[in-house]
Amino acid sequence: MTETAMATDLLEEEEQKSLQSREFGFWVYLMTDAIIFALLFATYVVLSKNSAAGPTSKDVFDLRHTAGETALLLISSLTFGMATIAMARGLSGRVLMWLVVTALLGFAFLAMELAEFQGMIAKGAGPDVSGFLTAFFTLVGTHGLHVSFGTLGILVMIVQIPLKGLTPPVRSRLLRLGLFWHFLDIVWIGIFSVVYLPGVM
Amino acid sequence: MLGRLTVDALPFYSWVAMGGAAVTVGGGVAVFLLITYLRAWKVLWTDWLTSVDHKKIGIMYVVLSLVMLVRGFVDALMMRAQQAVSLNSEGYLPPEHFEQIFSSHGTIMIFFVAMPFLTGLINIVVPQQIGARDVAFPFLNSVSLWLTASGAGLVLISLVVGKFSQAGWTGYPPYSGIEYSPGVGVDYWLWALITSGVGSTLAGINFIVTIFKNRCPGMTFMRMPMFTWTALCASILIAFAFPGLTVVAGQLALDRTLGFHFFTNGDGGNMMMFANLLWIWGHPEVYILILPAFGIFSEVVATFSRKRLFGYTSLVYATACIALLSFTVWLHHFFTMGSSSNVNAVFGIATMIIAVPTGVKIFDWLFTMYRGRIEFHPAMVFTIGFMVTFVIGGVTGVLLALPPADYLMHNSTFLVAHFHNMLIPGALFGYFAGMNYWFPKAFGFKLDVKWGIRSFWFWFIGFYLAFMPLYVLGFLGMSRRMEHYADPTWQPYLVVAALGALCVLCGIACIAIQLYVSAKNWGSARDITGDPWNGRTLEWATSSPPAPYNFAVLPQVGDIDAFHEMKIRGTAYQVPERYEDIVMPKNSALGPVLGVLAFVLGFAMIWYIWWLAALCLVLSLVCVGIRSFDDETDVILPAAEVARTEKARLAQITPDDLHDMRDFLPVGPASGEILPGRA
Amino acid sequence: MIETSSGRSFHRASRLLAVVLLFAAGGLLQGCGLADAPVLFPKGPIALAERNLLFTAFAVMMIVAIPAIVLTLYFAWRYRRRKNGAVYAPDWDGSWVVETVIWLVPGAIVIVLGTLVWTRTHEFDPYKALVSDKPAFRVQAVALDWKWLFIYPELGVASVNELAFPADRPLSIEITSDTVMNSLMIPALGGQIYAMAGMRSELNLLADGPGVFMGRNTMYSGDGFSDQHFKAHALDESAFADWKEKVAAAPDVLDAKAYLELHKQSVANPVSYYSSTEAKLFDIILRKYAPIMGPYESEAAELICRGAA
Repeated sequence: MTETAMATDLLEEEEQKSLQSREFGFWVYLMTDAIIFALLFATYVVLSKNSAAGPTSKDVFDLRHTAGETALLLISSLTFGMATIAMARGLSGRVLMWLVVTALLGFAFLAMELAEFQGMIAKGAGPDVSGFLTAFFTLVGTHGLHVSFGTLGILVMIVQIPLKGLTPPVRSRLLRLGLFWHFLDIVWIGIFSVVYLPGVM
Repeated sequence: MLGRLTVDALPFYSWVAMGGAAVTVGGGVAVFLLITYLRAWKVLWTDWLTSVDHKKIGIMYVVLSLVMLVRGFVDALMMRAQQAVSLNSEGYLPPEHFEQIFSSHGTIMIFFVAMPFLTGLINIVVPQQIGARDVAFPFLNSVSLWLTASGAGLVLISLVVGKFSQAGWTGYPPYSGIEYSPGVGVDYWLWALITSGVGSTLAGINFIVTIFKNRCPGMTFMRMPMFTWTALCASILIAFAFPGLTVVAGQLALDRTLGFHFFTNGDGGNMMMFANLLWIWGHPEVYILILPAFGIFSEVVATFSRKRLFGYTSLVYATACIALLSFTVWLHHFFTMGSSSNVNAVFGIATMIIAVPTGVKIFDWLFTMYRGRIEFHPAMVFTIGFMVTFVIGGVTGVLLALPPADYLMHNSTFLVAHFHNMLIPGALFGYFAGMNYWFPKAFGFKLDVKWGIRSFWFWFIGFYLAFMPLYVLGFLGMSRRMEHYADPTWQPYLVVAALGALCVLCGIACIAIQLYVSAKNWGSARDITGDPWNGRTLEWATSSPPAPYNFAVLPQVGDIDAFHEMKIRGTAYQVPERYEDIVMPKNSALGPVLGVLAFVLGFAMIWYIWWLAALCLVLSLVCVGIRSFDDETDVILPAAEVARTEKARLAQITPDDLHDMRDFLPVGPASGEILPGRA
Repeated sequence: MIETSSGRSFHRASRLLAVVLLFAAGGLLQGCGLADAPVLFPKGPIALAERNLLFTAFAVMMIVAIPAIVLTLYFAWRYRRRKNGAVYAPDWDGSWVVETVIWLVPGAIVIVLGTLVWTRTHEFDPYKALVSDKPAFRVQAVALDWKWLFIYPELGVASVNELAFPADRPLSIEITSDTVMNSLMIPALGGQIYAMAGMRSELNLLADGPGVFMGRNTMYSGDGFSDQHFKAHALDESAFADWKEKVAAAPDVLDAKAYLELHKQSVANPVSYYSSTEAKLFDIILRKYAPIMGPYESEAAELICRGAA
């Protein structure tokens, strides 16, 4: 059976090479995503004062609500970090636990964001009212969409880990998902300091 | 249930629309029947559509591009015919049709001819040039192809169901907004751009990683062939620029579909932002199209001058300079928007600076020809035709980069002539050169030379006839995109331009005949060695067509002209000590499935069929999820099988097939060492 | 770097080319109606200066362009694969001298042209008021689907698809759009600038003397785009007085209601005159698309801003 053993070795070697490429490729992908956000930020800066006949940022932003969202997202980054540490130690049970916590925080963030959006739309401050609100909803909504995809990814990993164990591809996937999750955190900090803070000042 | 899709969307309202639809549907049915007649569905599905082999994906990209070239060219021919006759009359096309035609012409030529052509050539060639067995992400490569194809499908179906955009290929709002363009046309345009744009972004990421990670031992960055360099720079540009297109197209789609106010006239929208965002993608896009062609010219000019490429380092730096500078000039597309003099001047000067590295490239190719032994193969003839013509386009480009001169020439046919003068020689001639050059690599036999040369002359003369008059018309004050006009002095020029278009039609016919004749006589033009032109770079070391794994043993490289050096040292075509098992990616049906889903998703969004769109989105996510569970995407090709394939190949090659390398052997005291590596 | 023989034939070739170009240019100008080309033979100092810049830059670039084209053809011929005694140097792949020249010469040309760009762009800023001993004649232009409305604040009148101004005064046009993006251009007098809703752009032009010039929208704007052109009349004193009289006697008045009527899409709108206009019509059209809105200042403003929106 040495031949199959050799073949397995070869496959593993190739797999490792491919995982390395994936990690590099994921960084490149994150960069393209960063450009999307950069342009959405630029759009927001251009349109932020164009409130037309609608409300201005002072009328619609609630910094306490935003602080809550921020806290949830920052803590979720921390818990994802804990999952990564647990993964490094090979403790799949711990990884699962932290991932579940992260997913719950992600859901909570999304719920808060949706509540914010719904409240604004109910108050007559929907995205179709003015350039300012259009840019606001698009930027924050795109981030929210990313968070939903990230949460979906976490759910997929929560299924994969018990099924496959912490195999190299699973570890690589978790690592890339982590990058994605922390990236979204950074974007949120950008949103907090470019959109919400100047908006209420 | 069907959104705004009703029977009225069918093209029974005019003869032109019905004609277009009939040709599209007829073409589709003919292809379907042909495949059925040949009983090729199974082969097509298992060997091609689901393939993740970079060479097959590359071929499919080029086929897509050539089909769309015909479609885009018919548009061009119709426009030229209209303007040739529409002095003080409506001609034969009402404005509504004329506008759709010039919008689809530009969209098709940029997104569905140039992009797939260059992506296809990069796919076929780059992995072989860097001594790799495949791209970094073969499955992702298949997804990119099918996303591009689904975008092309949306453009084609717009001829049959509904109408295409009437807002030009740049789709400036507010005209492209829902208030002024309420139909589905602009939505077709947007979703074609979004799907194919995402495909291009993924392809760009794929090639960046491939070139960074998959180079064979010894291939340092400064030993990469020029085409690989330009492919790398173009891929980096794609990764940086295409997200911008996704953003701007997404924003306009939101404006149109959900009543947002990014670019609307009132309610706090800002249309100038569209121009900025579009051209932040759009100008790098020009170099995405042209840089790979520059790479092709570099390979072709060295091979057919039988010389080393002159100024390799210079060319590399020039390419990198162009790539970098391409992000600093977007505003020159709208000097007339009323920016301050300082802003206009800075962007004008930045634009001119790009002319320097571009000029350097021309001279490097020129000095590659100097003291060479030039063979007038169609690829080389296209290259020479390019060098002569492109210089003119460069000159008119610098003229347009002078803001005060641009105030005069902007939006005129001078501008139209200028960018065709860049893109036809600078991109298309390059791709044609590449097609003539690498065809034997992809298919195992050479293209007919005679018809290749004929196609060149028709294209070359046709280009001058079609576009030199447009330069003059710019001086006469003719604006672009005019359905009819009242100035009788314009008509003679427009007639000449129409003749030029007919000439180009002959050029396209020659290419079709060339493909047909070559396929018919393929046995007599077979490429047995895999190196029909006495090539210099690694892609010529594989067989033609290459085995699925390209290289049985990964090559070791010590020079820019790696294969040339192997031939001189006598290490080419050697049987290695032993063969090894090779890991190959498995085919996957998910690529075409995702492509179809993207197509239906786009179609549903265009017609406001929300349930279908949601369904497609969920199904796409499910597909991606399924893929993420699959850890057995590779299969092993046993060493014995590799040995069999390689032996069969080498057995065919007789010493007579090999090229005479005596000319290249070092002579005299100055050449103590055999071709030192120039890292 | 180049053999002397090739250098000599290069000179011969370039002289021949110059002669051929000269003849071709002469023939073209006479035979092909180019003598009326507004861009090549402008009728105003701004357009003339812009054209001269075009010519200068073109000439400077020929320093690189002509050798590039001629050498390409010459090398392709000289080093074709045939036994003709041409030197063959298969491994020659670099030369500092050549590299220096091909980087520095285009570089120098770009420095020259760049300086030209900087000075000329500032000099011919379309917003810059022209120096003249007479005050500029102010006109407000509004792009509509698919016609041009010209408002004359000095005269209190307006015209559609016809522009008239005293030939001896600089023409200062304020431009906006009450529809999609347009671009106003009178090629014989100078360059163009975009007309955009909610924004005011400006174009300062000057005619050499009386004359009639074609003007148009150069920015594709929909079905009626092809016919969206007008005549610009530069009139001498008496002709301008006649024109004023003619317009003042026109029966139509451009109040808010008439403006709404005019705002509707129309193709190849005939020339028409209005003997008076709504007060501050141009400003009302501008504020219609303002990014921040407030209460309307008048009934007419409300009508215009809401009527078409």
